[in-house]
Amino acid sequence: MKRVYVQEQWCLGCHLCEYACAFANSGQEQPGAGGLDMSRALQGRAINPRIKIEEKDNISFAVSCRHCEDPVCQKSCIAGAISVKDGMVHIDQNKCVGCYTCVLVCPYGAVMPAESGQVMQKCELCTERLNGGTPACVAACPNRAIVFEER
Amino acid sequence: MSVDFFYPEYEIVRDQNRCISCRVCERQCANCVHAFDEASGKMYADDSKCVNCHRCVSLCPTRALKIVKSGNTFKTNSNWTNDYMKEIYRQANSGGVLLSSMGNPADFPVYWDKILINASQVTNPSIDPLREPMETRTFLGKKPAKIERDCDGNIITKMEPNLELALPVLFGGMSYGAISYNAHASLAQAAKSCGTFYNTGEGGLHKDFYQYGTNTIVQVASGRFGVYKDYLNAGAAIEIKIGQGAKPGIGGHLPGLKIVGDISQTRMIPQGTDAISPAPHHDIYSIEDLHQLVYSLKEATDYQKPIIVKIAAVHNVAAIASGVARSGADIIAIDGFRGGTGAAPTRIRDNVGIPIELALASVDQRLRDEGIRGNISVICGGSIRNSTDVVKAIALGADAVYIATAALLAMGCHLCRSCHTGNCNWGIATQKPELVKRLNPEIATQRLINLLNAWEHEITEIMGGMGINSIEALRGNRLMLRGIGLTEKELEILGIKHAGE
Repeated sequence: MKRVYVQEQWCLGCHLCEYACAFANSGQEQPGAGGLDMSRALQGRAINPRIKIEEKDNISFAVSCRHCEDPVCQKSCIAGAISVKDGMVHIDQNKCVGCYTCVLVCPYGAVMPAESGQVMQKCELCTERLNGGTPACVAACPNRAIVFEER
Repeated sequence: MSVDFFYPEYEIVRDQNRCISCRVCERQCANCVHAFDEASGKMYADDSKCVNCHRCVSLCPTRALKIVKSGNTFKTNSNWTNDYMKEIYRQANSGGVLLSSMGNPADFPVYWDKILINASQVTNPSIDPLREPMETRTFLGKKPAKIERDCDGNIITKMEPNLELALPVLFGGMSYGAISYNAHASLAQAAKSCGTFYNTGEGGLHKDFYQYGTNTIVQVASGRFGVYKDYLNAGAAIEIKIGQGAKPGIGGHLPGLKIVGDISQTRMIPQGTDAISPAPHHDIYSIEDLHQLVYSLKEATDYQKPIIVKIAAVHNVAAIASGVARSGADIIAIDGFRGGTGAAPTRIRDNVGIPIELALASVDQRLRDEGIRGNISVICGGSIRNSTDVVKAIALGADAVYIATAALLAMGCHLCRSCHTGNCNWGIATQKPELVKRLNPEIATQRLINLLNAWEHEITEIMGGMGINSIEALRGNRLMLRGIGLTEKELEILGIKHAGE
């Protein structure tokens, strides 16, 4: 399965991936809007992306869900909201009860509360949006520090 | 003093309707132009620090930024231009020499743009490069003047060492130090992939790049940085750099601040010491001296490698080239006055040297007149901007061309001409690790390969249009060129007719 991998040595810490992620999951993309749709979606708001840059001094890298083969988040979920679909770890937000257990157990810190705080969210490889195309963070990375590939 | 205040030359225009305050511009600007104001939640820019490198414009996800030329002006004066006035103020303040980077940007004629290319119609049919073979392969080095036979009557096929190029374009010399490790890695990999060569410049060869030796031209310049036996033998050819188009007659100076770590090792000088390249080679004061160095280098490499002599295009370039051809050198590289540099005195860069088109035409003619054109190949450089410049250069008599500024552009350079500050936002002309990493060689290599492939397609297309199917048949074929808007004298030097003739 293709996964998102991070090449730390090329990460510039520009945070474009975070904004691309927030926009991709905003549901406000309008093809042909020339960037103005991104402005409308994100202007004046704090973003809550599913990929996050960890950085200190001159070292930085993006962290998002690794889509573990044996995910601890799935095991820990008391509501059965987390499943693995074709190798991709998925949260059914209709089933999520907002207990935060997955947030606590994820060793990568890749699961986080959605904006409402009532349900959890995580990277789902832009599958809903693009039906398996290149995830937004990968497409937005200017230095190929985030790649989407089979390994 | 207030006389030294300059209104910024360029202004950053931010469309606040588009800006989402993602702060990418702030994080990506090594000159600290952009800042986020917590109170208003908005981004602001200090135009006075902007070098117009377009890093922020290119990376802004909402296309909120543009850079425009400031409308601020002193009273208009065609003699005392704004630039000349500002330079006086700057020098009156600093007492120093003005420095600039990249090639001469001044308003001198560009002869490439005044030359038109021929095409076949009816009598000499054009060739479709997609259907018929088209030879872009080129050999650089001495060519045999006549057929020689041994005592049994067999033809002697032993040749002087030649460089084989898949297309007549090489990457020009840029030193490790002037440009970054990642830029060098990209050039080396692209040269290997495209069957051509890159040039180390005068800064030595990093140990990681010895593996690309068969596609490397190693340079020996007046400072002799990094030169030793293994270095000379590592490359496919050795270039003696006498001069550089951007600063003919001037040496180089890489500040000690940049001589750190690998650069100090590669240049073989202590960390923190200034790397000073003297203006002349202190052992070359005549063609005879040059001859000695050429043969010293040949001796050191067992006569296996062609020797290139690179000179700047100056007034007596034809006579100098004739001397170089007689020095034993296999290839001469001529660098025109538009050639780039990491740093040069502004006055020199903008006023010394001559256009490469005129230099090339006169050198080729002189070598032909003297019957020694076959003794030496000619590479021309100094602002080859596109595939038609390549075709015109070859038709004017070049065997191949050097591209360097074009290669930097392909990697991301936006010609902000601030290389001498060491703060290159594109990761090219800098040694700061956090900036160097901005150039991912995986991307830059592919972009260089794409550029050469694109040019190759265009060159074969143009050659096909002329009914020519090999670079050999195009070389020195000045009948394929016509001048437009040129004087009799210019046409005479270029050796071409006027359009319509």
